[in-house]
Amino acid sequence: MTQYAAAPDLPDILPVVRVRKGWMGFIFNHPTVAIGVGLILLMLFLAIAAPWLGTVDPTALAPIKRNREPSLQYWFGTDALGRDIYSRVLYGARVSLIVGFAVALLASLSGLAIGLISGTFRRTDAIIMRIMDGLMSIPPILLAIALMALTRASVENVVMAITIAEIPRVSRLVRGVVLTLREQPYVDAAISCGCRMPMLIWRHILPNTLAPLMVQATYICASAMITESILSFIGAGVPPITPSWGNIMADGRTLFQIKPYIIFFPAIFLSLTVLAVNLVGDGFRDLLDPRKSKAT
Amino acid sequence: MFTGMKVTVLIGQRVEPTVSLMLLTLIIAVTIAVPIGVLAAWKSGTWIDRCIMGLSVAGFSVPVFVVGYLLSFFFALELDWFPVQGYVSFTKGFWPWFETLVLPSVALGFVYIALIARITRATMLEVLSQDYIRTAKAKGMSQTGILFIHALKNAAVPVVTVIGIGVALLIGGAVVTESVFAIPGLGRLTIDAILRRDYPLIQGLVVVFSFVYVLVNLCVDVIYTLVDPRIRY
Repeated sequence: MTQYAAAPDLPDILPVVRVRKGWMGFIFNHPTVAIGVGLILLMLFLAIAAPWLGTVDPTALAPIKRNREPSLQYWFGTDALGRDIYSRVLYGARVSLIVGFAVALLASLSGLAIGLISGTFRRTDAIIMRIMDGLMSIPPILLAIALMALTRASVENVVMAITIAEIPRVSRLVRGVVLTLREQPYVDAAISCGCRMPMLIWRHILPNTLAPLMVQATYICASAMITESILSFIGAGVPPITPSWGNIMADGRTLFQIKPYIIFFPAIFLSLTVLAVNLVGDGFRDLLDPRKSKAT
Repeated sequence: MFTGMKVTVLIGQRVEPTVSLMLLTLIIAVTIAVPIGVLAAWKSGTWIDRCIMGLSVAGFSVPVFVVGYLLSFFFALELDWFPVQGYVSFTKGFWPWFETLVLPSVALGFVYIALIARITRATMLEVLSQDYIRTAKAKGMSQTGILFIHALKNAAVPVVTVIGIGVALLIGGAVVTESVFAIPGLGRLTIDAILRRDYPLIQGLVVVFSFVYVLVNLCVDVIYTLVDPRIRY
Protein backbone atom coordinates (compact mmCIF):
# COMPACT_ATOMS: atom_id res chain seq x y z
CA MET A 1 0.00 0.00 0.00
CA THR A 2 3.03 2.26 -0.03
CA GLN A 3 2.62 5.24 -2.28
CA TYR A 4 5.61 6.33 -4.27
CA ALA A 5 5.78 10.03 -4.92
CA ALA A 6 8.46 12.62 -5.36
CA ALA A 7 9.89 13.59 -2.02
CA PRO A 8 8.41 16.91 -0.94
CA ASP A 9 10.71 19.78 -0.18
CA LEU A 10 11.61 19.57 3.44
CA PRO A 11 12.14 22.65 5.51
CA ASP A 12 15.79 23.19 6.33
CA ILE A 13 15.32 22.75 9.99
CA LEU A 14 12.90 20.10 11.10
CA PRO A 15 11.19 20.71 14.42
CA VAL A 16 13.10 19.00 17.16
CA VAL A 17 11.33 15.84 18.23
CA ARG A 18 11.88 15.25 21.87
CA VAL A 19 12.09 11.59 22.60
CA ARG A 20 11.40 11.04 26.23
CA LYS A 21 12.98 8.00 27.70
CA GLY A 22 12.83 6.03 30.88
CA TRP A 23 10.20 6.53 33.51
CA MET A 24 8.84 9.88 32.49
CA GLY A 25 8.81 8.87 28.86
CA PHE A 26 6.64 5.88 29.60
CA ILE A 27 4.18 8.00 31.55
CA PHE A 28 4.14 10.56 28.76
CA ASN A 29 3.53 7.99 26.05
CA HIS A 30 1.02 5.88 27.91
CA PRO A 31 -0.97 8.22 30.16
CA THR A 32 -3.84 5.77 30.67
CA VAL A 33 -1.54 2.97 31.81
CA ALA A 34 0.22 5.38 34.15
CA ILE A 35 -3.11 6.47 35.65
CA GLY A 36 -4.14 2.83 36.05
CA VAL A 37 -0.89 1.81 37.74
CA GLY A 38 -1.03 4.89 39.96
CA LEU A 39 -4.57 4.11 41.10
CA ILE A 40 -3.73 0.48 41.80
CA LEU A 41 -0.67 1.48 43.84
CA LEU A 42 -2.82 3.98 45.75
CA MET A 43 -5.39 1.29 46.54
CA LEU A 44 -2.63 -1.11 47.58
CA PHE A 45 -1.25 1.56 49.88
CA LEU A 46 -4.69 2.26 51.37
CA ALA A 47 -5.29 -1.46 51.90
CA ILE A 48 -1.91 -2.13 53.54
CA ALA A 49 -1.75 1.04 55.60
CA ALA A 50 -5.41 0.97 56.61
CA PRO A 51 -4.72 0.69 60.39
CA TRP A 52 -2.61 3.86 60.37
CA LEU A 53 -4.89 6.12 58.33
CA GLY A 54 -7.12 7.35 61.09
CA THR A 55 -9.41 4.35 60.99
CA VAL A 56 -11.18 2.74 63.89
CA ASP A 57 -12.07 -0.93 64.25
CA PRO A 58 -14.23 -1.54 61.16
CA THR A 59 -16.37 -4.08 62.98
CA ALA A 60 -16.93 -2.05 66.15
CA LEU A 61 -20.63 -1.49 66.72
CA ALA A 62 -21.86 1.79 68.15
CA PRO A 63 -25.66 1.82 68.12
CA ILE A 64 -25.84 5.34 69.54
CA LYS A 65 -23.93 6.77 66.58
CA ARG A 66 -25.79 4.98 63.82
CA ASN A 67 -26.71 6.52 60.48
CA ARG A 68 -24.58 9.64 60.87
CA GLU A 69 -24.15 11.77 57.79
CA PRO A 70 -20.57 12.22 56.52
CA SER A 71 -18.80 14.70 58.83
CA LEU A 72 -15.34 15.57 60.07
CA GLN A 73 -15.41 12.83 62.65
CA TYR A 74 -16.92 10.21 60.37
CA TRP A 75 -15.58 11.05 56.94
CA PHE A 76 -17.94 8.76 55.09
CA GLY A 77 -20.63 8.61 57.79
CA THR A 78 -21.73 5.57 59.74
CA ASP A 79 -24.01 2.71 58.80
CA ALA A 80 -27.11 1.28 60.41
CA LEU A 81 -25.08 -0.38 63.15
CA GLY A 82 -22.90 2.66 63.84
CA ARG A 83 -19.83 1.27 62.12
CA ASP A 84 -17.50 3.83 60.58
CA ILE A 85 -17.82 3.55 56.81
CA TYR A 86 -14.46 5.17 56.11
CA SER A 87 -12.70 2.45 58.11
CA ARG A 88 -14.83 -0.25 56.54
CA VAL A 89 -14.09 0.98 53.03
CA LEU A 90 -10.32 1.02 53.63
CA TYR A 91 -10.31 -2.43 55.18
CA GLY A 92 -12.64 -3.59 52.43
CA ALA A 93 -9.94 -2.75 49.90
CA ARG A 94 -7.96 -5.66 51.33
CA VAL A 95 -10.61 -8.23 50.49
CA SER A 96 -11.17 -6.93 46.97
CA LEU A 97 -7.49 -6.70 46.11
CA ILE A 98 -6.69 -10.10 47.60
CA VAL A 99 -9.55 -11.71 45.71
CA GLY A 100 -8.67 -9.93 42.46
CA PHE A 101 -4.98 -10.78 42.47
CA ALA A 102 -5.38 -14.29 43.88
CA VAL A 103 -7.99 -15.21 41.29
CA ALA A 104 -5.92 -13.75 38.45
CA LEU A 105 -2.85 -15.69 39.57
CA LEU A 106 -4.57 -19.00 40.29
CA ALA A 107 -6.81 -18.92 37.24
CA SER A 108 -3.97 -18.11 34.86
CA LEU A 109 -1.61 -20.70 36.36
CA SER A 110 -4.13 -23.52 36.27
CA GLY A 111 -5.50 -22.36 32.93
CA LEU A 112 -1.94 -22.31 31.59
CA ALA A 113 -1.28 -25.86 32.78
CA ILE A 114 -4.55 -27.20 31.39
CA GLY A 115 -4.16 -25.29 28.12
CA LEU A 116 -0.57 -26.50 27.62
CA ILE A 117 -1.51 -30.11 28.25
CA SER A 118 -4.55 -30.10 26.01
CA GLY A 119 -2.80 -28.11 23.29
CA THR A 120 0.21 -30.40 23.21
CA PHE A 121 -1.26 -33.84 23.66
CA ARG A 122 -3.96 -34.55 21.13
CA ARG A 123 -5.41 -37.48 23.02
CA THR A 124 -6.23 -35.55 26.18
CA ASP A 125 -7.39 -32.56 24.18
CA ALA A 126 -10.82 -33.92 23.30
CA ILE A 127 -11.63 -34.94 26.88
CA ILE A 128 -10.39 -31.77 28.56
CA MET A 129 -12.05 -29.46 26.08
CA ARG A 130 -15.41 -31.18 26.43
CA ILE A 131 -15.22 -30.67 30.20
CA MET A 132 -14.31 -27.02 29.64
CA ASP A 133 -17.19 -26.61 27.17
CA GLY A 134 -19.50 -27.98 29.81
CA LEU A 135 -18.23 -25.52 32.39
CA MET A 136 -18.46 -22.67 29.89
CA SER A 137 -22.11 -23.35 29.21
CA ILE A 138 -22.88 -22.06 32.72
CA PRO A 139 -22.64 -18.27 33.02
CA PRO A 140 -19.55 -17.53 35.21
CA ILE A 141 -21.35 -15.54 37.91
CA LEU A 142 -23.96 -18.23 38.24
CA LEU A 143 -21.30 -20.93 38.49
CA ALA A 144 -19.56 -18.96 41.23
CA ILE A 145 -22.87 -18.51 43.06
CA ALA A 146 -23.64 -22.22 42.79
CA LEU A 147 -20.17 -23.16 44.05
CA MET A 148 -20.48 -20.72 46.94
CA ALA A 149 -23.80 -22.29 47.87
CA LEU A 150 -22.01 -25.61 48.29
CA THR A 151 -19.29 -24.32 50.60
CA ARG A 152 -18.92 -22.15 53.66
CA ALA A 153 -18.63 -18.39 53.23
CA SER A 154 -14.96 -17.39 53.49
CA VAL A 155 -12.45 -15.42 51.45
CA GLU A 156 -10.63 -18.61 50.34
CA ASN A 157 -13.84 -20.18 49.11
CA VAL A 158 -14.77 -17.04 47.19
CA VAL A 159 -11.36 -17.14 45.51
CA MET A 160 -11.80 -20.83 44.65
CA ALA A 161 -15.31 -20.33 43.29
CA ILE A 162 -14.38 -17.43 41.03
CA THR A 163 -11.19 -19.19 39.91
CA ILE A 164 -13.08 -22.29 38.81
CA ALA A 165 -15.55 -20.09 36.95
CA GLU A 166 -12.69 -18.36 35.10
CA ILE A 167 -10.46 -21.35 34.27
CA PRO A 168 -12.29 -22.56 31.14
CA ARG A 169 -11.73 -19.32 29.25
CA VAL A 170 -8.06 -19.12 30.18
CA SER A 171 -7.37 -22.68 29.14
CA ARG A 172 -9.16 -22.17 25.84
CA LEU A 173 -7.01 -19.13 25.15
CA VAL A 174 -3.76 -20.94 25.99
CA ARG A 175 -4.79 -23.99 23.98
CA GLY A 176 -5.52 -21.82 20.95
CA VAL A 177 -2.11 -20.16 21.18
CA VAL A 178 -0.36 -23.52 21.64
CA LEU A 179 -2.14 -24.96 18.60
CA THR A 180 -0.87 -22.16 16.37
CA LEU A 181 2.61 -22.33 17.88
CA ARG A 182 2.84 -26.05 17.14
CA GLU A 183 2.73 -25.31 13.43
CA GLN A 184 5.62 -22.84 13.61
CA PRO A 185 8.83 -23.86 11.79
CA TYR A 186 10.98 -23.34 14.85
CA VAL A 187 8.97 -25.89 16.77
CA ASP A 188 9.48 -28.40 13.96
CA ALA A 189 13.16 -27.51 13.98
CA ALA A 190 13.38 -28.10 17.72
CA ILE A 191 11.68 -31.47 17.34
CA SER A 192 14.00 -32.50 14.53
CA CYS A 193 16.98 -31.56 16.67
CA GLY A 194 15.83 -34.15 19.17
CA CYS A 195 14.33 -31.76 21.71
CA ARG A 196 12.35 -33.67 24.30
CA MET A 197 8.73 -32.91 25.03
CA PRO A 198 9.09 -31.23 28.47
CA MET A 199 11.98 -29.16 27.16
CA LEU A 200 10.03 -28.25 24.03
CA ILE A 201 7.09 -27.00 26.08
CA TRP A 202 9.24 -25.19 28.62
CA ARG A 203 11.66 -23.48 26.26
CA HIS A 204 9.76 -22.97 23.03
CA ILE A 205 6.04 -22.96 23.66
CA LEU A 206 5.54 -21.62 27.17
CA PRO A 207 7.32 -18.25 26.73
CA ASN A 208 5.18 -17.41 23.71
CA THR A 209 1.93 -18.00 25.54
CA LEU A 210 2.78 -15.58 28.32
CA ALA A 211 1.99 -12.32 26.52
CA PRO A 212 -1.67 -13.01 25.74
CA LEU A 213 -2.00 -14.72 29.11
CA MET A 214 -0.85 -11.61 30.96
CA VAL A 215 -3.43 -9.48 29.19
CA GLN A 216 -6.12 -12.02 30.02
CA ALA A 217 -4.94 -12.13 33.65
CA THR A 218 -5.51 -8.41 34.14
CA TYR A 219 -9.02 -8.68 32.75
CA ILE A 220 -9.67 -11.64 35.02
CA CYS A 221 -8.45 -9.59 37.96
CA ALA A 222 -10.95 -6.86 37.11
CA SER A 223 -13.87 -9.19 36.60
CA ALA A 224 -12.99 -11.15 39.76
CA MET A 225 -13.28 -7.96 41.82
CA ILE A 226 -16.70 -7.27 40.34
CA THR A 227 -17.80 -10.86 40.84
CA GLU A 228 -16.63 -10.78 44.45
CA SER A 229 -18.63 -7.65 45.15
CA ILE A 230 -21.69 -9.14 43.47
CA LEU A 231 -21.35 -12.35 45.50
CA SER A 232 -20.98 -10.39 48.74
CA PHE A 233 -23.79 -8.07 47.73
CA ILE A 234 -26.30 -10.87 47.34
CA GLY A 235 -25.05 -12.55 50.49
CA ALA A 236 -23.18 -15.45 48.93
CA GLY A 237 -19.68 -14.08 49.27
CA VAL A 238 -17.30 -13.39 52.13
CA PRO A 239 -18.89 -13.68 55.60
CA PRO A 240 -21.00 -10.61 56.51
CA ILE A 241 -18.74 -9.74 59.44
CA THR A 242 -15.77 -9.11 57.12
CA PRO A 243 -15.76 -5.59 55.73
CA SER A 244 -15.74 -5.92 51.94
CA TRP A 245 -17.07 -3.42 49.44
CA GLY A 246 -19.84 -5.77 48.45
CA ASN A 247 -20.82 -6.32 52.07
CA ILE A 248 -20.91 -2.62 52.87
CA MET A 249 -23.20 -2.04 49.92
CA ALA A 250 -25.38 -4.97 50.94
CA ASP A 251 -25.70 -3.42 54.42
CA GLY A 252 -26.65 -0.07 52.95
CA ARG A 253 -29.23 -1.57 50.63
CA THR A 254 -32.22 -1.34 52.95
CA LEU A 255 -31.42 2.27 53.84
CA PHE A 256 -30.68 3.33 50.29
CA GLN A 257 -33.61 5.71 49.89
CA ILE A 258 -32.70 7.85 52.90
CA LYS A 259 -28.94 7.23 53.28
CA PRO A 260 -27.56 6.78 49.76
CA TYR A 261 -23.97 7.62 50.80
CA ILE A 262 -23.55 4.24 52.51
CA ILE A 263 -23.62 2.67 49.08
CA PHE A 264 -21.89 5.40 47.11
CA PHE A 265 -18.51 5.45 48.87
CA PRO A 266 -17.70 1.75 48.46
CA ALA A 267 -19.17 1.94 44.96
CA ILE A 268 -16.80 4.73 43.97
CA PHE A 269 -13.79 2.85 45.36
CA LEU A 270 -14.77 -0.36 43.66
CA SER A 271 -15.39 1.29 40.31
CA LEU A 272 -12.10 3.20 40.43
CA THR A 273 -10.10 0.09 41.25
CA VAL A 274 -11.70 -1.98 38.52
CA LEU A 275 -11.29 0.89 36.08
CA ALA A 276 -7.57 1.09 36.96
CA VAL A 277 -7.07 -2.62 36.36
CA ASN A 278 -8.94 -2.39 33.06
CA LEU A 279 -6.80 0.55 31.93
CA VAL A 280 -3.64 -1.42 32.69
CA GLY A 281 -5.07 -4.39 30.80
CA ASP A 282 -5.82 -2.25 27.74
CA GLY A 283 -2.32 -0.81 27.94
CA PHE A 284 -0.78 -4.28 28.07
CA ARG A 285 -2.82 -5.39 25.11
CA ASP A 286 -1.74 -2.44 23.00
CA LEU A 287 1.91 -2.86 24.02
CA LEU A 288 1.95 -6.57 23.22
CA ASP A 289 -0.04 -6.32 20.00
CA PRO A 290 2.56 -6.26 17.23
CA ARG A 291 0.24 -4.48 14.82
CA LYS A 292 -0.24 -1.52 17.13
CA SER A 293 3.27 -1.26 18.55
CA LYS A 294 4.72 -0.99 15.04
CA ALA A 295 2.49 1.93 14.24
CA THR A 296 3.67 4.00 17.17
CA MET B 1 -37.84 -27.67 49.29
CA PHE B 2 -38.32 -24.63 51.50
CA THR B 3 -41.75 -23.70 50.30
CA GLY B 4 -42.86 -27.27 49.70
CA MET B 5 -43.72 -26.46 46.11
CA LYS B 6 -42.37 -28.12 43.01
CA VAL B 7 -39.26 -26.50 41.58
CA THR B 8 -40.83 -26.32 38.13
CA VAL B 9 -43.87 -24.49 39.53
CA LEU B 10 -41.69 -21.99 41.38
CA ILE B 11 -39.59 -21.31 38.31
CA GLY B 12 -42.67 -21.08 36.11
CA GLN B 13 -44.18 -18.39 38.32
CA ARG B 14 -41.11 -16.22 38.04
CA VAL B 15 -40.27 -16.53 34.36
CA GLU B 16 -42.25 -13.56 33.01
CA PRO B 17 -40.47 -10.63 34.74
CA THR B 18 -37.03 -11.98 33.92
CA VAL B 19 -37.83 -12.67 30.30
CA SER B 20 -39.32 -9.20 29.79
CA LEU B 21 -36.38 -7.58 31.59
CA MET B 22 -33.90 -9.40 29.38
CA LEU B 23 -35.74 -8.74 26.15
CA LEU B 24 -36.09 -5.04 26.90
CA THR B 25 -32.41 -4.86 27.87
CA LEU B 26 -31.44 -6.62 24.69
CA ILE B 27 -33.47 -4.21 22.58
CA ILE B 28 -32.22 -1.09 24.37
CA ALA B 29 -28.61 -2.26 24.36
CA VAL B 30 -28.49 -3.20 20.69
CA THR B 31 -30.24 -0.04 19.51
CA ILE B 32 -27.83 2.13 21.49
CA ALA B 33 -24.60 0.18 21.20
CA VAL B 34 -24.44 -0.58 17.49
CA PRO B 35 -24.87 3.04 16.28
CA ILE B 36 -22.41 4.21 18.93
CA GLY B 37 -19.84 1.67 17.80
CA VAL B 38 -20.35 2.61 14.15
CA LEU B 39 -20.00 6.28 15.01
CA ALA B 40 -16.77 5.63 16.92
CA ALA B 41 -15.33 3.69 14.00
CA TRP B 42 -16.37 6.34 11.50
CA LYS B 43 -14.85 9.16 13.55
CA SER B 44 -11.94 7.01 14.69
CA GLY B 45 -9.12 8.96 16.29
CA THR B 46 -11.21 12.02 17.04
CA TRP B 47 -12.50 13.10 20.42
CA ILE B 48 -15.87 11.49 19.71
CA ASP B 49 -14.14 8.14 19.36
CA ARG B 50 -12.11 8.69 22.49
CA CYS B 51 -15.13 9.69 24.52
CA ILE B 52 -17.08 6.64 23.41
CA MET B 53 -14.21 4.28 24.09
CA GLY B 54 -13.50 5.91 27.44
CA LEU B 55 -17.14 5.46 28.40
CA SER B 56 -17.01 1.87 27.31
CA VAL B 57 -13.98 1.13 29.52
CA ALA B 58 -15.84 2.82 32.36
CA GLY B 59 -18.88 0.73 31.53
CA PHE B 60 -16.86 -2.42 32.08
CA SER B 61 -15.64 -1.18 35.42
CA VAL B 62 -18.84 -0.22 37.16
CA PRO B 63 -20.73 -3.15 38.68
CA VAL B 64 -24.36 -3.61 37.68
CA PHE B 65 -25.83 -2.77 41.07
CA VAL B 66 -23.88 0.47 41.32
CA VAL B 67 -25.35 1.62 38.00
CA GLY B 68 -28.72 0.50 39.22
CA TYR B 69 -28.53 2.50 42.42
CA LEU B 70 -27.17 5.57 40.66
CA LEU B 71 -30.00 5.48 38.12
CA SER B 72 -32.68 4.93 40.71
CA PHE B 73 -31.20 7.69 42.86
CA PHE B 74 -31.27 10.31 40.13
CA PHE B 75 -34.24 9.33 37.99
CA ALA B 76 -36.54 7.84 40.59
CA LEU B 77 -35.73 9.60 43.87
CA GLU B 78 -34.50 13.02 42.75
CA LEU B 79 -36.40 13.56 39.51
CA ASP B 80 -39.29 11.20 40.24
CA TRP B 81 -39.70 10.19 36.61
CA PHE B 82 -39.92 6.47 37.14
CA PRO B 83 -40.99 4.26 40.02
CA VAL B 84 -38.11 3.29 42.32
CA GLN B 85 -38.82 -0.39 42.57
CA GLY B 86 -41.31 -3.06 41.77
CA TYR B 87 -42.75 -4.76 38.75
CA VAL B 88 -46.09 -4.60 37.01
CA SER B 89 -47.09 -7.51 34.85
CA PHE B 90 -47.38 -7.07 31.12
CA THR B 91 -50.98 -8.15 31.30
CA LYS B 92 -51.85 -4.96 33.21
CA GLY B 93 -51.04 -2.76 30.28
CA PHE B 94 -47.99 -1.80 28.31
CA TRP B 95 -47.12 1.55 29.86
CA PRO B 96 -46.94 0.59 33.56
CA TRP B 97 -44.92 -2.47 32.53
CA PHE B 98 -42.55 -0.37 30.46
CA GLU B 99 -42.23 2.30 33.14
CA THR B 100 -41.09 -0.12 35.84
CA LEU B 101 -38.65 -1.85 33.55
CA VAL B 102 -36.84 1.11 31.97
CA LEU B 103 -34.36 1.78 34.78
CA PRO B 104 -33.50 -1.88 35.45
CA SER B 105 -32.99 -2.48 31.74
CA VAL B 106 -30.68 0.48 31.30
CA ALA B 107 -28.71 -0.53 34.39
CA LEU B 108 -28.43 -4.10 33.22
CA GLY B 109 -27.62 -3.04 29.70
CA PHE B 110 -24.76 -0.77 30.71
CA VAL B 111 -21.99 -3.39 30.55
CA TYR B 112 -23.63 -4.96 27.56
CA ILE B 113 -23.64 -1.66 25.68
CA ALA B 114 -19.94 -1.19 26.44
CA LEU B 115 -19.15 -4.68 25.19
CA ILE B 116 -21.15 -4.44 21.96
CA ALA B 117 -19.98 -0.90 21.16
CA ARG B 118 -16.38 -1.97 21.54
CA ILE B 119 -16.65 -5.00 19.27
CA THR B 120 -18.69 -3.03 16.72
CA ARG B 121 -16.00 -0.38 16.57
CA ALA B 122 -13.16 -2.88 16.23
CA THR B 123 -14.76 -4.89 13.42
CA MET B 124 -16.04 -1.78 11.66
CA LEU B 125 -12.53 -0.35 11.61
CA GLU B 126 -11.31 -3.54 9.98
CA VAL B 127 -14.11 -3.57 7.42
CA LEU B 128 -13.77 0.13 6.60
CA SER B 129 -10.18 -0.39 5.51
CA GLN B 130 -11.26 -2.95 2.88
CA ASP B 131 -11.13 -2.30 -0.83
CA TYR B 132 -14.85 -2.61 -1.49
CA ILE B 133 -15.54 0.29 0.84
CA ARG B 134 -13.32 2.44 -1.32
CA THR B 135 -15.18 1.20 -4.37
CA ALA B 136 -18.48 2.13 -2.81
CA LYS B 137 -17.14 5.57 -2.00
CA ALA B 138 -15.87 5.94 -5.55
CA LYS B 139 -19.34 5.09 -6.86
CA GLY B 140 -20.54 8.13 -4.98
CA MET B 141 -22.48 6.42 -2.26
CA SER B 142 -23.47 8.48 0.75
CA GLN B 143 -21.54 8.06 3.95
CA THR B 144 -24.46 6.65 5.90
CA GLY B 145 -25.20 4.28 3.05
CA ILE B 146 -21.67 2.95 3.16
CA LEU B 147 -21.61 2.67 6.92
CA PHE B 148 -24.89 0.92 7.41
CA ILE B 149 -25.37 -1.03 4.18
CA HIS B 150 -21.91 -2.12 3.14
CA ALA B 151 -19.82 -2.01 6.26
CA LEU B 152 -22.20 -3.00 9.02
CA LYS B 153 -23.42 -6.01 7.11
CA ASN B 154 -19.91 -7.33 6.81
CA ALA B 155 -19.10 -6.53 10.41
CA ALA B 156 -22.17 -8.37 11.64
CA VAL B 157 -20.70 -11.78 12.45
CA PRO B 158 -18.44 -10.80 15.40
CA VAL B 159 -21.10 -8.40 16.67
CA VAL B 160 -23.74 -11.12 16.70
CA THR B 161 -21.28 -13.47 18.42
CA VAL B 162 -20.69 -10.98 21.17
CA ILE B 163 -24.39 -10.36 21.61
CA GLY B 164 -24.77 -14.10 22.14
CA ILE B 165 -21.87 -14.41 24.56
CA GLY B 166 -23.05 -11.33 26.41
CA VAL B 167 -26.24 -13.12 27.39
CA ALA B 168 -24.10 -14.72 30.11
CA LEU B 169 -23.47 -11.23 31.43
CA LEU B 170 -27.18 -10.50 31.26
CA ILE B 171 -28.06 -13.60 33.25
CA GLY B 172 -25.51 -12.80 35.93
CA GLY B 173 -26.58 -9.18 35.93
CA ALA B 174 -30.27 -10.03 36.09
CA VAL B 175 -29.68 -11.81 39.39
CA VAL B 176 -28.33 -8.58 40.85
CA THR B 177 -30.59 -6.09 39.07
CA GLU B 178 -33.71 -7.88 40.18
CA SER B 179 -32.68 -7.59 43.79
CA VAL B 180 -31.81 -3.91 43.44
CA PHE B 181 -35.13 -3.06 41.84
CA ALA B 182 -37.18 -5.64 43.73
CA ILE B 183 -38.41 -7.44 40.64
CA PRO B 184 -39.90 -10.83 41.46
CA GLY B 185 -38.05 -12.74 38.76
CA LEU B 186 -35.78 -15.73 38.43
CA GLY B 187 -32.77 -13.80 39.67
CA ARG B 188 -34.51 -12.86 42.89
CA LEU B 189 -35.55 -16.49 43.24
CA THR B 190 -31.91 -17.57 42.83
CA ILE B 191 -30.77 -15.31 45.63
CA ASP B 192 -33.55 -16.46 47.92
CA ALA B 193 -32.70 -20.05 47.11
CA ILE B 194 -29.03 -19.50 47.98
CA LEU B 195 -29.79 -17.69 51.21
CA ARG B 196 -32.10 -20.51 52.26
CA ARG B 197 -29.66 -23.19 51.05
CA ASP B 198 -32.45 -24.62 48.97
CA TYR B 199 -30.26 -26.96 46.90
CA PRO B 200 -32.87 -28.53 44.60
CA LEU B 201 -34.06 -25.08 43.60
CA ILE B 202 -30.50 -23.82 43.04
CA GLN B 203 -29.76 -26.81 40.81
CA GLY B 204 -32.96 -26.28 38.88
CA LEU B 205 -32.21 -22.59 38.32
CA VAL B 206 -28.63 -23.23 37.22
CA VAL B 207 -29.89 -25.80 34.73
CA VAL B 208 -32.54 -23.41 33.38
CA PHE B 209 -30.09 -20.52 33.00
CA SER B 210 -27.46 -22.70 31.35
CA PHE B 211 -30.06 -24.10 28.99
CA VAL B 212 -31.12 -20.59 27.97
CA TYR B 213 -27.50 -19.58 27.46
CA VAL B 214 -26.73 -22.59 25.27
CA LEU B 215 -29.98 -22.09 23.36
CA VAL B 216 -29.19 -18.43 22.66
CA ASN B 217 -25.76 -19.35 21.37
CA LEU B 218 -27.31 -22.00 19.14
CA CYS B 219 -29.58 -19.29 17.73
CA VAL B 220 -26.52 -17.14 17.16
CA ASP B 221 -24.99 -19.93 15.10
CA VAL B 222 -28.14 -20.05 13.02
CA ILE B 223 -28.12 -16.26 12.56
CA TYR B 224 -24.59 -16.53 11.16
CA THR B 225 -25.91 -18.28 8.10
CA LEU B 226 -28.42 -15.48 7.59
CA VAL B 227 -25.97 -12.59 7.80
CA ASP B 228 -23.15 -14.35 6.00
CA PRO B 229 -24.26 -16.77 3.27
CA ARG B 230 -20.72 -18.10 2.99
CA ILE B 231 -21.06 -19.88 6.32
CA ARG B 232 -22.69 -23.29 5.95
CA TYR B 233 -22.98 -26.19 8.32
